[in-house]
Amino acid sequence: MSARLAPVRQFAWSSRVLHWLMAAMVIPMLFIGVGMVASLADYHVLVSIHRPLGIAILVLVVIRFVNRQLTTLPPFPPTMSPVERVVASWSERLLYALMFAQPLVGWAMLSAARYPVVLYGPIHLPPILPVDPALYSVLRETHTVLAYLLFFTFMAHLSAVLFHTLVMRDGLLNRMVPWNVRPAARPAPPPRPLAPDPVRSREQRPGAA
Amino acid sequence: MACVWSSDGRIEAGFAMADASSPDEHLRPGGGAASLGRLALVGAIVAGVGVAFAYTGGWLTPRALTPERFIDTFEQVNGPHPGFRRNHAKGVCASGVFESNGGGARLSRAVVFRPGRVPVVGRFALAGGNPDQADAVQTVRSLALRYSLPNGEEWRSGMNSIPVFVVRTPEAFRDQIVATSPDPATGKPDPTRMQAFVAGHPEFARALAAIKAEPIASGFENSTYNSLNAFELIDSAGRSTPVRWAMVPLQPFVAAATEQPAGDPNFLFDALIAQVRAHPLQWRLVLTIGRPGDPTDDATIAWPADREKVEAGTLTIDRIESEDTSPCRTINYDPLVLPDGIAPSDDPLLSARSAAYSVSFTRRVGETATPSAVSPSEVSK
Repeated sequence: MSARLAPVRQFAWSSRVLHWLMAAMVIPMLFIGVGMVASLADYHVLVSIHRPLGIAILVLVVIRFVNRQLTTLPPFPPTMSPVERVVASWSERLLYALMFAQPLVGWAMLSAARYPVVLYGPIHLPPILPVDPALYSVLRETHTVLAYLLFFTFMAHLSAVLFHTLVMRDGLLNRMVPWNVRPAARPAPPPRPLAPDPVRSREQRPGAA
Repeated sequence: MACVWSSDGRIEAGFAMADASSPDEHLRPGGGAASLGRLALVGAIVAGVGVAFAYTGGWLTPRALTPERFIDTFEQVNGPHPGFRRNHAKGVCASGVFESNGGGARLSRAVVFRPGRVPVVGRFALAGGNPDQADAVQTVRSLALRYSLPNGEEWRSGMNSIPVFVVRTPEAFRDQIVATSPDPATGKPDPTRMQAFVAGHPEFARALAAIKAEPIASGFENSTYNSLNAFELIDSAGRSTPVRWAMVPLQPFVAAATEQPAGDPNFLFDALIAQVRAHPLQWRLVLTIGRPGDPTDDATIAWPADREKVEAGTLTIDRIESEDTSPCRTINYDPLVLPDGIAPSDDPLLSARSAAYSVSFTRRVGETATPSAVSPSEVSK
């Protein structure tokens, strides 16, 4: 039963901050994107947020990628099967790829259509492609397809984490919560019988509410 | 997530169950019913996000007007014309220079209002979604411009030869297009549908009266082109001034003949081409400053005639070219491509124009274009 006392292995502090910062940008971005193309009244306001937010996500995903290379990952919980671990690893790669590609495709498509890529006030980005309406057409379609792919990948990610956390209750989310979770950090437990009463040991933990 | 956190301290436990061997272990305590309940909660959260996404995307409100449905209406009324703008489809490209006199600089920090010259690529067009329509003097004429500012910013503007617009909202515009479209049975608009529209939109008759009160100019070259929508000019101190603007021709006004010339379906465009080839055409950019109380959200109402006017510079058009060869064909004259110092007003038509133009642009550049009615040979003859 030694694992009961093992500290929860979390992602690095920087990884957790970047993860939630990204979530706070990407999730609204998905709604802004799908909402702006369906709205006459709010189109302009939403586009004005969409462009700089997309570029901010592009910058952040590069920072995240570098951070990912520099930090070590916590192990998967034992509740994840080998297949689930492979799926989780590849879905993480897919999310990174989409978060990188989507803003780039957006920037490229505006470039090909020669729309100014206005960030704020007079601040704008240079075009990264020559004017090419046919290419714009392809990239515009790509932007939509990638957006739906990103949304569905996010939904799969959300579903998996919720299932682990709420149904299996294996504390999967603890790996990523922004605060530190240290069950072993509480005052050293007194010598314990070999088979502690699980109910009593939970009650002893501070901050459980 | 609070429910997770407070449930029974398991979140604290983290991988406390790491030594458990079977997933079934993790469903305890609480038994089957409780875990089913938690599973239902997961399903509800995920479904809730999905429904919110679908609602935001407009899939749950099929009757609400979206940019795609707005352009669909144009396509239904005008028929398919691949490669052409869904409105103002028949046009010709022009280019030249805008020379600012600095007059607008006290109202706006936009680079375009500093004294100096900026290149423009423009387009003269006739309202309507049919690129092969015959020219008629009663048809609304438009002038779209793209100003390329030295700092890389752009100002795009789409102006019309009427003093006010006929409807206030995009929904009313859609209704008007549908009401005025020819009935397939008779080839003419259905009068009962038209009457219903007019009755439901009192601003339409009022705007039409204001439009009919103005004499129609003989051609593109001596027409005044109005912004119709209000905008806000922002000065260097951040102060905002409501304005409408107009391109006022230096070419003398000549009233349109009551009889149309027969035999040339492009007579308005051909006259414009001949004029530009003979000598550059010029317009003055005139800013009309709104006062408190002047409507900025209603393009159907003219501002009082005594409003202060500021001349900001002169537009010179010295080149004209068929859409088939000019870069203007691939420019979306979105009126909300604005430089810093010019901002949209609260006019609901502005965001709608931006959204609808974007859809029109995306559709037409993805299609194989057929030749423009104002062809290169038309321009060079």
